[in-house]
Amino acid sequence: MLKISYTEYETLRAHGVETYPYECCGVLLGHSTEAGNEVVETVRAGNTRTDSAHNRYHIAPEELVKIQRHARKLGLDIVGFYHSHPDHPAMWSSTDFAEAHWLGCSYLITRVAGDKTAGVSEDTNSFLLTGTSEEDKRFEPEPIEILINETV
Amino acid sequence: MTIHIPTPLRAYTDRQEAVTVTGTTVAAALEALVTQFPDLRNNLYSADGKLRSFVNIYLNDDDIRYLPAKEETAVAESDELTIIPSIAGGR
Repeated sequence: MLKISYTEYETLRAHGVETYPYECCGVLLGHSTEAGNEVVETVRAGNTRTDSAHNRYHIAPEELVKIQRHARKLGLDIVGFYHSHPDHPAMWSSTDFAEAHWLGCSYLITRVAGDKTAGVSEDTNSFLLTGTSEEDKRFEPEPIEILINETV
Repeated sequence: MTIHIPTPLRAYTDRQEAVTVTGTTVAAALEALVTQFPDLRNNLYSADGKLRSFVNIYLNDDDIRYLPAKEETAVAESDELTIIPSIAGGR
C-alpha cells in the first residue's frame, strides 16, 4: 500500500499534464514503514532525456544527490519516483523495469492522454520494486491510498 | 569519512542511512563498507568485481566516474560519499 496525500497526488499528476506530450519525472519523499511507503512530499526533477522525452526519462544523478540531501534535512527518505506516460497505459514497460534499481521503492506511473498539444490526466498506478538484488527484482502492483485532509 | 546509503541498500546496513568508515581512497572506503556489511557487495559490485553500471558514487558533489583518479581518488575524514543508484525509464 502506497499512502499519499491528495495534494501531493494531484501535484504530480498536474506535472504530467504540464510536460505533455513529454514524460515528466520526479521523486517521492516520505517514510518507509512496515505497512508500506508513505509519501509526504513530491519533488519535481528534470528529464535529461531531451532527445527522446516523449517516451523516455532520466533523472541526473547529481540532481538525485541534491534531492536526497534535501530529504535528509526534512527527516525524510526517498521512497519512490513518479513519471508520466503520454498517451500510453499507466503500466510499467520493459524499459521501466530494466532501468529500475531502487529496491523497496514505489514507482508511480501516471497516464496523460491528449491530442499532442494538450493533455488530460487519466489513471495513475503504483508498482513496488521487490526482490533482494538486481537479479531477482520484480514489480508488484501496489494499491494507492489517497489521504484527504490528512497529513502522512 | 561518512558514506550515505540510499533507501534500497539500507536492508544491508542495519537500516543505517550513514556509515562511518576509514580509508584513504574512494575504493578503500567502499571496501571498508562492504567488509563491514558483506551482503552489500553483491548489490554494489558485479560478479567481475566492478561497480555495477547503475551505481553512481558521489564524492561530495563530484561523480567519481569523472574524477581523474576515479576510485583511486584520495579522500579526507571530512569528505562524504553518496551512493545513488540510477533512476530512468520510459514507456
